[in-house]
Parts: sequence; C-alpha cells; structure tokens
Amino acid sequence: MAGVILEARGLDVLLGDYQVLWDARLAVDEGEMVALLGPNGAGKSTLLNTVSGLLRPRAGAITFRGEPIAGLPAHRIVARGLAHVLERRRLFPYLTVEQNVRLGAYAPAARSGREAQLARVKALFPILEERAGQPARTLSGGEQQMVAIARGLMAHPRLLMIDEPFLGLAPRVVTQLVEAIRRINREGVTIVFIEQNVELALSLATRGYVLESGRVVLEGRSAELLRSPEVRRIFLGG
Amino acid sequence: MGCVYALIAAGLSLIFGLMEVVNFAHGEFLMLAMYVAFFAWALARLDPLVSLPLAALALAALGWATYHGLIRRVLGGPMLAQIFATFGLAVFLRSGAQFLWGVDFRTIKEPLLSGRLSVGGVFVGLPQLAASVLALGAFLGLYLFLSRSETGLALQATAQDRQAAALMGIDTDRMFALGWAIGSACVGVAGGLLAMFFYIFPEVGGAFALLAYVTVALGGFGNVPATLAAGVIVGLTEVVAGLVITPAMKYAVVFLLYLAVVLWRPQGLFGRF
Repeated sequence: MAGVILEARGLDVLLGDYQVLWDARLAVDEGEMVALLGPNGAGKSTLLNTVSGLLRPRAGAITFRGEPIAGLPAHRIVARGLAHVLERRRLFPYLTVEQNVRLGAYAPAARSGREAQLARVKALFPILEERAGQPARTLSGGEQQMVAIARGLMAHPRLLMIDEPFLGLAPRVVTQLVEAIRRINREGVTIVFIEQNVELALSLATRGYVLESGRVVLEGRSAELLRSPEVRRIFLGG
Repeated sequence: MGCVYALIAAGLSLIFGLMEVVNFAHGEFLMLAMYVAFFAWALARLDPLVSLPLAALALAALGWATYHGLIRRVLGGPMLAQIFATFGLAVFLRSGAQFLWGVDFRTIKEPLLSGRLSVGGVFVGLPQLAASVLALGAFLGLYLFLSRSETGLALQATAQDRQAAALMGIDTDRMFALGWAIGSACVGVAGGLLAMFFYIFPEVGGAFALLAYVTVALGGFGNVPATLAAGVIVGLTEVVAGLVITPAMKYAVVFLLYLAVVLWRPQGLFGRF
C-alpha cells in the first residue's frame, strides 16, 4: 500500500503527575489494519487519546498524512480525517441514534458529504435505520458500538481508531462487528484498534503492537506475533 | 411570573448543564439587564419592550466575556475556586452598581403598556401579561434552538460528553463561551421584561436568583424543558399562596414546596441525575 499515514515517535505522556507512556511509537501504513495489544493499564488507550488530541504529549512527535498534529486540539484533528471511537462507545445518551450519527459529520469538511455518507453507514449497519428515533442510551451494548463506529465514519476519515470495539459483547455480535470492520477497511479506511484478546486481535489485524507498562515492547506482523514466546509470556503469564 | 422565572432559571440551568458551573452572579446579571432597560429609557426614551434586543445582546456579551475572562481560568481548578469566582463576581457587580448608580429604587414611568386586562373576571396587569407571553416565546425559541439546530445539538452533545463531542469536530471551548452567552441572554430578556413593572435597584437580583435556583432544582438540573414546567409551578404556587393565605407568606410556601421536593425527590421533579 501507499506510504505511511500515521507516525508517532518518542511519546511521553503524563496523566496528572503520573507518567503513563514512555517513548511510545506507532507507525501505520495507508490501508493497514493494526491492533494494539497489552494488559490493562499498559497505556493503549492513552496512546490513542494522545494521537486524537484529547491528551497532549510532554515530548514526542505525531504526523498524520505528513503533517505534524501533536498539540492540536481534538476537533481540528478530526477535521483532517482522523476519527477516534472511544472506549465504551461514549454515545450522547439523551440524543437519538440519528442525532448521534449526524453529529459525527459536524466538522465543516464532512458536512457537505453528510447525506451520502449517512446512506453508506446505514447500509453497513441497518440498525441505524431501525433505531433512528430512539435515545442512544436505550440501545444494547452491541447496537451502541455500531452507532459509535458509524458516528466515527461520518467524519469521512482516512484513519479510524477504535478503542476496544468488542468489549463486553456477545460472540454473535462480535462476529458481526468483525465483518463490518473488515468491510470498512476493504473500502479504503485505515484502521487501528485496541483489543485484549490476542487471538481475536491478530486474526483481524495485519500487524500488531504490544504495550507493557507504558512502553512498546514488540511490534510485527500478526503471524509472527502469534508465534512469539514474548507474547505468550505477557498474555499467558507462561 | 412563572414564565419569567422559567426564563431566568433556563439560563442558569443551561450553563450548569453544559459545564457543571453554578453562576452565582446570575441575579446580578439580571440586575444589570434591568439597568440596561432603565438607561435605554432614561437616556434615549426607549421603552423596555423596544430595548429588549439591546438588553439580550449586552448580556450575551457579558456572559461571553465572563467565560473568557474568568470561568475559563478556574475550570481546571478546585470546585471552591469556581464557586468563589462567580460569587466574587456577584459581589463586585452589586457593589459596582451601588457605587455607580446609587441605592435608589428606580422605575420606568409611562411604559408603552400599562393598565389591566380583565380575563374572565380575573384582573391581569398588561405589562405582566406581555412579559409572560414574551418570556414564553423566548423560552420556546431557546428550546427549538437547542433541539433542532446544528449548533444547539452540538451544545447538547458537549453537555453530555465533552471528550466525545471534541472527537466529533466540535470546538468545546467555543460551545462553553456560547453557552454562557445564551444563558446570559436569557436573563437579559427576563431583566428587560421585568423592568417594565418592577423596581430597579442594585439588590434586585437576589430574590429572583434565589427563585431561579429553586426553579432549577425543582425541575432537575441541566434539563431545559423541565425548567419551564418548574417555573410555572413556582409562579402558580406563589400566586395561589398569596391569594389563599396572605401575600406576605407566598415565598414561604414556594420554599416549603422546594424543601419537600428536595427531600423526596432530590434529582428534581423531572431530573435525570
């Protein structure tokens, strides 16, 4: 595929007085599907939150499509085509499904293509049409996750980051979401996602990064990582 | 009066719902709006009804400036800092008004509307009636703006989840400033309307602000439509208590109602929390 779309280097990030990331890095090629792996508290979410502008790194550089974005406010980064679906969906609970999804295209650049994109995400997730007028908080976890991903797609992103898309969902729903994410990727959107289940993550992704205690300890193609004794040590305690 | 209370309370509720900051200077904002109406009349012979947009605009600017000059600086700070910032602003504005304009009670004479209207045997003051209708109109406008317009939905989104809103491309800092401007414009309109028939003096905000807090708590914090219902309840309770018991006791009954609601339904009558 054509070139690097996202590159982060030397990221040091603090939450309050507590340093969560140490010299973290992430490089993603256009069209890839990359998994971030690691135990709880390893700093995976912090890494994504820093890339999307919710957090400011104390040190380090982030470039997206060749331009530096570190330190820009989140709303300006979305407008450049980098969408972020937060952990636990984080829909606007008292707004309807339709209102939630439409707000995904709030950025001026996305607004002109809103109706076309809305039709596209409704084709991907038929639930959006069925539940359009319902407040988002009345949906099940799986349905909420679909709305959250659809809302992210409304920004017409080149890169979509999804934090734990399968957390707490029934296996049948997970299969559905995996299919949807594959399709989004096939249609040209680069994807980075967080997932704790190594097998699931690496069966979906082409490459993976492993974080432990705030540092990137491993990176590689999915097949290599699956065979790696280091991965076994971290995730199976073996 | 209920509709005017509701409008004052809506401004308070909007700001609180957006960023969990209680504006303790809300009553003083109302007082300033009344002075805007007074000086528009005293200096340019503009009736409060005519200068209403002026009062709304002046207060919107004040709200915007308060956010940028004061609130933004204490947002990351402890709760106490936020309370004292707006409380201090209240004291400053009240004392400033006393210093500049004296403590005299002022009234606007020969208003455009005066006299009373008999509706089915009940006399209603014409200015009061106009105030109610216009306050209701402003309230409905606010509601439609919040629930229908793109910017209104962005405001709601910011109130419900600040981080997720930022990831939609919403400039949450701008939304906060806008929330302060709109919330303050609500008291601007309310103040302009009250100036038609109420005394204007530096302390005038106190009683109304207290009723606004009661109205907001009664309806449920951060829920704008519920504020209208609560405002009407407060207004009606006041009138009925004044009629049935004695006018001197009317606020006692309102606050008794408030205490009862807070005891049995602390989230407010229609509250989410």
